[in-house]
Amino acid sequence: MQTILFILQKEFLQIFRNKTMLPIIVLVPFIQLIILVNAATLEMKRINMEVVDNDMSSSSRKLVDRFRASPFFSITRTTFSIKEAEKDLLEGRTGFVLHIMPGFEEKLGKESKASVQLLVDAVNGMTASLTNAYAQSVISDYNSDMVKARGGNAFISIMPKTIDIESSYWYNPQLNFKYYMVPGILVILVSMIGAFLTALNIVREKETGTIEQINVTPIRKYHFIIGKLIPFWIIALFELAFGLFLGRILFGMPVVGSLGLLFLFASVYLLVVLGLGLLLSTMAQSQQQVMFLSFFFLITFILMSGIFTPAESMPAWGQKANLLNPFAYFMRVIRMILLKGSGFKDIAGDLISITIFAAITLGMAIWRYRKAA
Amino acid sequence: MISISNISKTFGQIAALSNITLEIPAKQIFGFIGPDGAGKTTLFRLITTLMVPDSGAILVNGFDTVKEYRRIRMFTGYMPGRFSLYMDLTVEENLNFYATIFGTTLEKNYHLIKSVYSHIEPFRKRLAGKLSGGMKQKLALSCALIHNPEILVLDEPTTGVDAVSRKEFWELLHELKQKGMTIVVSTPYMDEAAKCDTIALVHKGRLLETDKPGKITGSFKEHLFAVSGENQFRLINDLRNYQPGVSAYLFGQAIHLSFNTKPDINHLKMHLAKSGHGDVKVEPIMPSVEDCFISSMTSSGNH
Repeated sequence: MQTILFILQKEFLQIFRNKTMLPIIVLVPFIQLIILVNAATLEMKRINMEVVDNDMSSSSRKLVDRFRASPFFSITRTTFSIKEAEKDLLEGRTGFVLHIMPGFEEKLGKESKASVQLLVDAVNGMTASLTNAYAQSVISDYNSDMVKARGGNAFISIMPKTIDIESSYWYNPQLNFKYYMVPGILVILVSMIGAFLTALNIVREKETGTIEQINVTPIRKYHFIIGKLIPFWIIALFELAFGLFLGRILFGMPVVGSLGLLFLFASVYLLVVLGLGLLLSTMAQSQQQVMFLSFFFLITFILMSGIFTPAESMPAWGQKANLLNPFAYFMRVIRMILLKGSGFKDIAGDLISITIFAAITLGMAIWRYRKAA
Repeated sequence: MISISNISKTFGQIAALSNITLEIPAKQIFGFIGPDGAGKTTLFRLITTLMVPDSGAILVNGFDTVKEYRRIRMFTGYMPGRFSLYMDLTVEENLNFYATIFGTTLEKNYHLIKSVYSHIEPFRKRLAGKLSGGMKQKLALSCALIHNPEILVLDEPTTGVDAVSRKEFWELLHELKQKGMTIVVSTPYMDEAAKCDTIALVHKGRLLETDKPGKITGSFKEHLFAVSGENQFRLINDLRNYQPGVSAYLFGQAIHLSFNTKPDINHLKMHLAKSGHGDVKVEPIMPSVEDCFISSMTSSGNH
């Protein structure tokens, strides 16, 4: 027990003496929260669009005005040549082209049915489908106004009744994307600290040969492992607290549920992450190798965790695979607790899973460590 | 006392140690002499319980290195060939750390390391990474001594250290020996062999010879001469072709020439003059450990 204390003392001395460590601990959460939360938003505003109005009628102008009034679009150019607009689309000057063909108003009057062409740059599929959805809604608003304006026009026969959908968004009433991102970023932050720094720290002892000197002392392997894991466990929990505090100050992040519960879950979750870090360190001989290894695991876990894209929209096999992704559990639980105020009963299942996870990962890591070193 | 019996260790295809059997007596300085890759470090890692042998057993003060490694670690001090202390801790912090790990303190055991530590004590607040080579080596020795070990294992402690520090270091080792410590040391420098009580010559994982340095040089049966002259390359070739039973090798500035049988030096000088070597000096010399090493290396067919 005393031995562990001495190792801890040494570890903290080294961690705080390391000139890159303190900035990592203090600045990284700050920068990640500010940049990622503000930048990584799925809301789209002011999509650049071009209008090709070959009809030049009052109806076509009304439609264009609709787009002009929408906060989602900003008309950067109007032209009469669809060729030019297509060229702009190809060269990336615009993301979306509205093409109104000649005779639009006439057709609308005579046949009560006219079509417009939407050209969307679909290089980024997500942007394209959002652009399309926004444009559709602008056009359908225009449609229903036209129907109302014309009274008992044949138009109505197409849409005899309309169902008004009133949505109310629970747990995030203003659909504030930031409330969704802050917890996500915190998960990444805490996991990075836990897995990455632990692995780097242990491998460094191998690389510099200091492990050799440690191994000839009466220090036992479990002393060494505990001495290595506890500092990063503490630092990661501190990071979580610090990140929550920043989220609260910077973005007014709501904390609906119990912080105690969140930290209980986080402290178990961190055991998984630390175990992962230890496991990575047994697979590598140098800090460079461990960087590449962790990079691979972290990227996979992060992108599958549901930080940007909802985990529910993944294919069935992906969702099954995600059962093995510890990040996904914490990602779900932290959002549930912070936004929804979920209680112990709601997360009990996840807590049990993550506890089993912790036992397996740590067990494997220690077993491998004992064999390797 | 360390008894090594039939130890073998291979790494993949390469046999680092083959069938080594050896007794290292207590309370003396025992040196392993051999070039890089001879297997010295592997043997030391086996003795210090860092590695498990493929076959054979090592008993350190009667404890088995595989089964009773924890006991051995309590009374063994090890200084690896590569500086293995924490570069980002100060001299004092490193010492304190290793002292506490062994359940003691720097203050309590100060007297044990005083002779070594006093050299670096003025720099006790300096980071270990910022010390010079000689100071690093003294710090490493201090850390290896802090728990008052009975056996001290030093892997090439003087490699990369200047001549003055090397001399000082060997003086320190002799002081420690006086206190009753068993010291096992390895070195690639043949001149340091003479400072050991017993030496073992190792080459390519095999033990060539084990004896007192004086006895090893005394048992040198051949007739040894130092030859020096112009154009060493041609000279060494002509010497090798002079007659059977001759071996010639470069040794510092001179060529060492050894004969199986007592040679006729005047005949040799005339032979050399005929071959166009003008001003050649040939002098009989006493064999050094290195001469013995080369001789036993060639006779064991392990060239």
